[in-house]
Amino acid sequence: MRWKTAEYTGWGRALRASGELARPEKRSALAALMAEAPAPAIGRRRSYGDACLNDGGRAVDMTRLDRFLGFDPETGVLEVEAGMTLGEIARILAPKGWLPAVMPGTGFATVGGAIANDVHGKNHHGAGSFAQHVASLTLITGQGPRKVKPGTKLFKATAGGLGQTGVIAAAELQLGRAKGDIVTVTERRAETLDAFLGLLDRSEATYTVGWIDATARGQSLGRGMLEEAETGAGLVPAPKPAKSVPLDAPGFVLSPPVVRAFNAGYYRRIPARGRTVVKPIGEFFFPLDRIHDWNRLYGKAGFHQFQCVVPVAEAEALREMLRRIAASRLASPLAVLKRMGPGRAGYMSFPMEGYTLAVDFPNRPGVVRLVGALEEIAAEAGGRIYLAKDSLASGDRVRAMYPEHGDWLAEVTKADPDVAMATDLVRRLGLR
Amino acid sequence: MSETWLILGATSSMARALARALAERGDGLVLAGRDGDDLAALAADCRMRGARLAEPAAFDARRPEGFEALIARVAREAGVLNAAVFVGSMPDQAEIDADPALIDGTVIDSFSGPARVLQMLAPEIEARGAGTVVGVGSVAGDRGRLGNYVYGGAKAGFHAYLSGLRNRLTRSGGHVVTVKPGPVDTAMTWGLPSLPFMTTPETVARDILRAVARRRNVIYSAWIWWAIMLVIRLIPEPLFKKLSI
Repeated sequence: MRWKTAEYTGWGRALRASGELARPEKRSALAALMAEAPAPAIGRRRSYGDACLNDGGRAVDMTRLDRFLGFDPETGVLEVEAGMTLGEIARILAPKGWLPAVMPGTGFATVGGAIANDVHGKNHHGAGSFAQHVASLTLITGQGPRKVKPGTKLFKATAGGLGQTGVIAAAELQLGRAKGDIVTVTERRAETLDAFLGLLDRSEATYTVGWIDATARGQSLGRGMLEEAETGAGLVPAPKPAKSVPLDAPGFVLSPPVVRAFNAGYYRRIPARGRTVVKPIGEFFFPLDRIHDWNRLYGKAGFHQFQCVVPVAEAEALREMLRRIAASRLASPLAVLKRMGPGRAGYMSFPMEGYTLAVDFPNRPGVVRLVGALEEIAAEAGGRIYLAKDSLASGDRVRAMYPEHGDWLAEVTKADPDVAMATDLVRRLGLR
Repeated sequence: MSETWLILGATSSMARALARALAERGDGLVLAGRDGDDLAALAADCRMRGARLAEPAAFDARRPEGFEALIARVAREAGVLNAAVFVGSMPDQAEIDADPALIDGTVIDSFSGPARVLQMLAPEIEARGAGTVVGVGSVAGDRGRLGNYVYGGAKAGFHAYLSGLRNRLTRSGGHVVTVKPGPVDTAMTWGLPSLPFMTTPETVARDILRAVARRRNVIYSAWIWWAIMLVIRLIPEPLFKKLSI
């Protein structure tokens, strides 16, 4: 296997790594590589911080191991290689009436990455997390390949396990039934945070997501828009071809006045009494995928995303976070508020029952302090932050947020005693 | 009418991209190569994407005893028979300098092996009065250069062969497309010193499908390589022999 020296980043582009990458195109090449010199796997690098970085070391790019291996139309169990993207599964299978049971906000995420971060989607309150729908996975450790089933400790250490038990080569996924490849979306305004949380609590829709205006202050603090959706069959115009951001944008593009004006306009995009629209599935589930490389809008310095979850009783913590965010004038238009259920598959899985808030911040002075303050509020509220998004947290705080860290560490140490799978995130947070 | 493709060297990433695109049209695919496990995975992938037929078949350019069975397999399919050739090998020129016997293998892999298969397939295409052969050559075959002239020589031979085969098949309604890709982002180029105007396997596959539909004769992928190779071909030999490009 030839290794390529490259500089690479996560989706946030604020942290960088340089090291050697291999990109096997065949399963046999992956097996040979892992037998010779095991290294952590990376996919399409859609985690934001350093979960997908191994600075000064080696990593295995899994994007060419991306094939469908088998599908049982009776049970809906699909076997795929780990480099397959969730968007591709949806594109091919939705017309046949099936969808990944859980889909995160980007279709470019790979199956391997979705398992290793135990990602969630707009249906977490009902369907739980991604790895809860994994029927089995093929894991390659330094000792060779093995099949891992749910219910085992090794599975719990692999789901949401940040790639530390070995390389996920393939997986069997239990897909969910979809009525077709369109969605019916009902969009409603929420004028205040309380109104927003009320709408989220009462929602009975399969898919729910809230956009929040993180620049709104005073009376309007926490205002936003709730989208509730169901899949269906029908005919809608084909999605327009994706566009690309051709270069790193200059700073004024996301300056405070521009973001405030954009958010105000975006909020008024839907009528005050709400509306129902029909969209192709991709447009609802992966709205930003239509703009390739949108992370370049944040310019050369990149950006950070803060995502936390706090228990349902801690709405006041959310209010305090939103106050700080609005006062900082650092927020970008990308801010999401959702209700989470209790579903989680692994020791280090992010989800817990509560509200989850995600906000993007351009990498500017002041962000480190702001995010530190937000983390503190989340910690005091008994919440936790999402490691797939994190690039700034400290190890003590994170380990305290993940009470099963010890169980995870014990399994990881067994599976990878030589610590060959460590990544920048694991080292930064002292997780191993 | 239903179309069936014999894809030689189907485990290459360019072949994979083409096979997937053909699968989504519902075409039949006989995926020929050496790595049976990998071909089985590709066949499963293509069936999932809508291929009417997708099955692995054993093919090794250096084992002509298997060619008969391969031709017999595709000849069983009714409708239009097509073929796409992605095989070839490019040992490092320095390795060849040390062991000139490597030349034989390079020529068999990149030219004479696949040419023998196409030669056996040609009567089938003529009898059916339709069918397209896509031969993947290389810009390296346009002019012998210091860095890889054995590979270039084999590909130049393959280009000339494809030109002749086109001349032959056009008389009975068949067609041959010669594809000359520049550097493509594949396992073959991964980790090599950075190459200019690198393209992706998906782009090459798209260019091939377009060329087949429009019955183009010779295409470059990406098109910029047409301009680059035009310049390189126009450099007079007395000057060219002193360059290292």
